Amino acid sequence: MKRLKIAIAGKPNSGKSSLFNQLTGLNQKIGNFPGVTVDKKTGVCELDSQTVAEVIDLPGIYSLYPRSLDEKIVTEIFSDKRNNYYPHKVVLVADATNLQSSLLLLTQLIDLRLPVVLALNMVDLAAKSGQNIDVKKLEQLLDLPVALINARNGQGLQELKQLLAKPVSVSNRSIYEIDPEICQPVEKTKNHFSLESDYEAYQYLQQVDNLGFLSEQEKNSIREIASQFEFFPGKYQGAETILRYKFIQDVLSKVVVKNADSDWKKLSHKIDKLLTHKVWGYVIFFGILFLIFQSIFAWAQRPMDIIDALFANLSNTLNGMFPEGPFFDLITEGIIPGIGGILIFVPQIAILFAFIAILEESGYMARVVFLMDKIMRKFGLSGKSVVPLISGWACAIPAIMATRTIENWKDRLITIFVTPLMSCSARLPVFAILVALIIPEGTWLGFFNLQGLALMGLYLLGFTAAILSAIVMKWIVKANERSFLIMELPTYRMPKWSNVGYTIVEKTKTFVFEAGKVILAISIVLWWLASYGPSDSMNGVDAQVSQEISEGKITEAERENQTMAYKLERSYAGIIGKSIEPIISPLGYDWKIGIALITSFAAREVFVGTIATIYSVGNTEDQITIKSRLKAEKNPETGGPRFTFATGLSLLIFYTFAMQCMSTLAIVKRETKGWKWPMLQLTYMTLLAYTSALLVYQVLS
Amino acid sequence: MGANGRSVAQMVPGETAVISGFISDDLSNRLLEMGFLPGSVVKFNFSAPLGDPICVSISGYDITIRMDEAAMIAILN
Repeated sequence: MKRLKIAIAGKPNSGKSSLFNQLTGLNQKIGNFPGVTVDKKTGVCELDSQTVAEVIDLPGIYSLYPRSLDEKIVTEIFSDKRNNYYPHKVVLVADATNLQSSLLLLTQLIDLRLPVVLALNMVDLAAKSGQNIDVKKLEQLLDLPVALINARNGQGLQELKQLLAKPVSVSNRSIYEIDPEICQPVEKTKNHFSLESDYEAYQYLQQVDNLGFLSEQEKNSIREIASQFEFFPGKYQGAETILRYKFIQDVLSKVVVKNADSDWKKLSHKIDKLLTHKVWGYVIFFGILFLIFQSIFAWAQRPMDIIDALFANLSNTLNGMFPEGPFFDLITEGIIPGIGGILIFVPQIAILFAFIAILEESGYMARVVFLMDKIMRKFGLSGKSVVPLISGWACAIPAIMATRTIENWKDRLITIFVTPLMSCSARLPVFAILVALIIPEGTWLGFFNLQGLALMGLYLLGFTAAILSAIVMKWIVKANERSFLIMELPTYRMPKWSNVGYTIVEKTKTFVFEAGKVILAISIVLWWLASYGPSDSMNGVDAQVSQEISEGKITEAERENQTMAYKLERSYAGIIGKSIEPIISPLGYDWKIGIALITSFAAREVFVGTIATIYSVGNTEDQITIKSRLKAEKNPETGGPRFTFATGLSLLIFYTFAMQCMSTLAIVKRETKGWKWPMLQLTYMTLLAYTSALLVYQVLS
Repeated sequence: MGANGRSVAQMVPGETAVISGFISDDLSNRLLEMGFLPGSVVKFNFSAPLGDPICVSISGYDITIRMDEAAMIAILN
């Protein structure tokens, strides 16, 4: 069995990801490139009976000159033969409807002497627009194999696989001839590093600072050569690009037979007339956001109830089957509610990611950038901040990684700083349970789900806080480079449903396993903390309850519940919760909520699992779901429900603003290269959360 | 560039023009890579509701740029 490394490259929107999904199916995994947090999508594909390929989907780029950190990875991989991901073969996916700009990267790869197979995608659309491509001639002019594919339905994939399994030779074309002025430094660099091609040496000189695989010493020797021969990086880049396009235009004039007709684009332009309309554009955008929140609440409710009830049942059934004992208590009161607390988010996360994937796939996301750019600039952000901010509703971690597409550092920093204020899916379960507790069911105007409206209000609150914080940041942070926006608006198309499906499966899987590990671990620790305490005070509980019964304070029937309540209060968890009670009681929280606040500092979604665990310890009634447990919880001082409107709202506000996520802090540290920004962010958000929650509770109670 | 030289920023929706060069070198490399080549045809499609950014077509595909960037691309009259 032969194993090949195959890289898929191409410009954004060329259909790379569709091809990757077609080739690898569900045999794919998302990881990180070592040392950086750029998504690395790899998968395995059987090319023929003797050859297996390890396929890697690289970030979309227009040329080897990177504009962002994501793009830098691709440049590094292609110019470093020692790189783990340096491919045996490259599939360059080109959009046949827009060949010219798709081929720019191809000409660079040819000059780097990489073996490339050109995969022409969307040939059907090109044909519709009246373009016929002479493939044989194209193969001959470029001196490399060309495959016609339809990445959306898998046509031509067999042929592509066969091409990849065959030994592919390197194209003999040399497209960019090094300018005679700089032959000397290029030659010297080439010899110094024993490189194969002139272009590789030229890239070393051009992009010293972008090539992270070179050691400081190697970089210095390149800089020395550059200064010795007065080579200025960047000076020849414009001329290079023009030369490459000249070659491409020359090739295309020989292979593309076209009757100038862009009929198929007319529909896309018509849609744009509506979707970027000065009134309807915004109405539709906010309508779509509204639809997302309504469906997250309305559609996810039923599956969530089913999951919740299922786990409650399971706990009860097992409780009846097992003998009493600490091990079985751990299973029924610690582990099972913990797992339930993870799986219950799955429906909502799946729906949210489905919407985000559809918006991306259809080409609408780019229009959102277009619509919002001018407005966002007023707030110190850019149109490109909208996508990270919207992704922030799913999870701040990929959202902060997505800010890498923002070229300007100041725009990017502000986006990173305010993104965690966008309500992520981990807040959703906290919101969902509390909203369901304090907002009555029912509809407004017979149509809008009241709880859905309240939820949308919370999301808007987070969004408003993000925008206002951005304005403040705009005045504080200094800019040192020019901000710009140059971005393709892809043609509208129907989302490819299997791509949407892959996104949902992958993101949900990542959530369940990554967040799940933490939640499960914390659930177990918590169960222990809530079940055990200093032995002398725990031992006194039984005697105290018996005494209270004999004094007539409580009835015999209440014995068991009262015992459990005292035990929880005197457990380690109770002691910790009580110690922070003075700080949190002005917000309307008791020590039980205090425990949840502390545990959810690592990850806010732990809140629900924690209260589920705390309130299930010692609960003897049958089939109690998390929601009904909270509803039944009494405030011993007032005798009324623990979760009043004021306490509930105060908690909701606290969770809207508080940072409460270790992973976000870690990723911000990584992206901003230091502790300064994550620490500022943590302090700012915690203060904002505490003050707002305090205000809400004091006004309402 | 003559005194009456126009840039993409001064075009009106639906207008087509030929690119003559760049007014500043600042972003010329980026614009070149996206296909804004001297001699090629650029079409002004429409602008965003607030007048900025704009959508233009170049070599058969649509690109959005801000007015600041558009003002850097010189066109032949």
